[in-house]
Amino acid sequence: MLEFLDVYARHADQWGPRLADAAVVSARISILGFMLATVVGLILGLAQEASSRIVRTVVRGYIVFFRGVPVLAILFLIYFGLPGVGIVFDAEPAAVVGLGLAFAAQMAEVFRAGLGAIPRGQWEAAMSAGFRPAQTLFLIILPQVVRIIAAPVIVTFVALLKDSSLASLITVNELVLEGRALATEYFLPLHIYIWVGAMYFLIAFPLSMLAKYLAKRARGARA
Amino acid sequence: MEFWLSTIMPGLLTGAVVTVSVTVASLLIAVTLGFGLAVLRQFPRVRLLNFAIDAYVEFFRNIPALSHLFILYFGLAAVGIKITSIPAAIIGLGLIGAAVTCDIYRSGFLALGIGQVEAARAVGMTPVQTIRFILSPQAIRVALPPLGNYALQLMKDTSIVSAIAAPEIMFYARSMVTSSFQTTLIYSSAAMVYLLMSLPLAYAVTRLEHRFGGKANA
Amino acid sequence: MSSLLSVQDLHKSYGNLEVLKGIGFDLSAGEKLALIGPSGSGKSTCLRCVNFLEKPTSGTILLGGDRVGAKAGERPMSNRELAPQRAQMGMVFQGFNLWPHLSVRENVATPVRKVQGESAPVARALAEEMLAKVRMDHKADAMPEQLSGGQQQRVAIARALAQRPKLMLFDEPTSALDPELVGEVLNVIHELADEGRTMLLVTHEIAFARDVADRVMFLYDGLIEEEGPAREVIERPQRDRTKAFLSRMHG
Repeated sequence: MLEFLDVYARHADQWGPRLADAAVVSARISILGFMLATVVGLILGLAQEASSRIVRTVVRGYIVFFRGVPVLAILFLIYFGLPGVGIVFDAEPAAVVGLGLAFAAQMAEVFRAGLGAIPRGQWEAAMSAGFRPAQTLFLIILPQVVRIIAAPVIVTFVALLKDSSLASLITVNELVLEGRALATEYFLPLHIYIWVGAMYFLIAFPLSMLAKYLAKRARGARA
Repeated sequence: MEFWLSTIMPGLLTGAVVTVSVTVASLLIAVTLGFGLAVLRQFPRVRLLNFAIDAYVEFFRNIPALSHLFILYFGLAAVGIKITSIPAAIIGLGLIGAAVTCDIYRSGFLALGIGQVEAARAVGMTPVQTIRFILSPQAIRVALPPLGNYALQLMKDTSIVSAIAAPEIMFYARSMVTSSFQTTLIYSSAAMVYLLMSLPLAYAVTRLEHRFGGKANA
Repeated sequence: MSSLLSVQDLHKSYGNLEVLKGIGFDLSAGEKLALIGPSGSGKSTCLRCVNFLEKPTSGTILLGGDRVGAKAGERPMSNRELAPQRAQMGMVFQGFNLWPHLSVRENVATPVRKVQGESAPVARALAEEMLAKVRMDHKADAMPEQLSGGQQQRVAIARALAQRPKLMLFDEPTSALDPELVGEVLNVIHELADEGRTMLLVTHEIAFARDVADRVMFLYDGLIEEEGPAREVIERPQRDRTKAFLSRMHG
């Protein structure tokens, strides 16, 4: 056991900075991807309630497609497949777009559930008070939705963060790919992959706990 | 078109057989092990056991599956424990899945009102009998729709085991790309094959939700 | 003659809130005792302490001379150890608490098989006998959700009867029912009382308590305010609080 830990002590200087740099890349694609997912997801979530049947069908199709196809297949399609029809992405933007579009489908469901939890009376009360629809949405409805969806939003972010590891397979130099490079260089894959796993855990675990706490609080508020 | 029919689709469908096998095998591990963990977690007295189960769940749920697979496949091999790619994929996804289903079953148990336990106690059932005859059958029903969703997610997640050389759909897609360079066609075909498998599953989940969803028991 | 149930100096607190402040009473075989009192007086808690669904903070419960819920040396029993003692008392809940995944017949027969260890045919026969007693035998194959509240409560009574209990506990058995369904449940309980069963009954139905119970105990703020023969306490209460409570219930 001590021997096992000693390896870390000896290599911390070399591995630490490189994995820290790679973690920045992981964080960057996760955050940018999540921002894209949030915006697209909100639009989809609202469009699901649209009166136009065509709009609703398109949204439904989008969600069915992205819920049915693995994130990895989407990343490959964007990064390796699209150049075949003349659309070329660098690896990192491809990862952001792929993660963002895939998780937008999940965010749409989160928003839809959140919006659905707000009683019609809230819209009616705001409209009768003279608010325009956009004002009603942003001033009255969304602040209530935020409380309800805080926990599932964080859960979705953690899932996206974990799936950002797939970007390693389209050559993005994030944590897992850097880990692979180190593993071949030092030939200590067990030590290195454990370190890599721990770095994800250090970010994901507190977020998961926060989500649990918020979910509990939201349940308490409604009960 | 001929190339698509003669080469791409047969290749992807060969991979699909492995995808389905890995999905089914790891699903079996996940739903049984996860159920065992959730049941053990129902005994509040045993603090150390509860902590161990929580630690298991958090460990597997907060680290990417790819990371777990690399530890299992490359990491352990380096210290002399060699697991070939398909068993490694099944074990890895199964262990991760047990953490997921453990949480699903636990919500199922939590959805049951205290009255169910009290009635079982009042007729003289022991805690083990209460869980076996009264709580588990109800918790499993509540859990069925989310378990279906999990199965769908798991089927998609098997795509990542291509990274440890398990020959499923994405693995075949990548190897065909290196020989033919028909990237757009091959990867969109791969996406289509996944879609064809997930659509019936998604439909089944919707049916489950209609049948069992939203009927929490008092 | 020794009593079937003996409750001595029962205390129960939740944190700083003391709900029972020392309750004691005896119940001999065949006797029916009704607990009445305003909500928050502790009557339900008192009943639930008898079979240890609530753990008393202190006090002694004896059933047939045996200590309930504690072993030699005051060591508290686990739920597992309590199970055989609870099996000797049939409990009927305010909210029925039928098991929704089991049919009416299975709700009654399952404890007979699993707790009392009877064979399936014996359990089935006993279940049907008890269901007939509460006039629910025609619904034996129904699921609980298909029944009205009054029907569910009658099944719950059959389930408790099938335990062949020494004592029946009723925890406000009609409080959760629509008014038009109260009668059918009270009739069944009345018939059981006439069979000479030992019953401890928490109820809001004052007239029913007067007609069915031998004795009535009026609880107020965790203490016994007044007790005596049912007719006497309800028709000629002595204490001001009892009078005030009863006049409100009648008014």
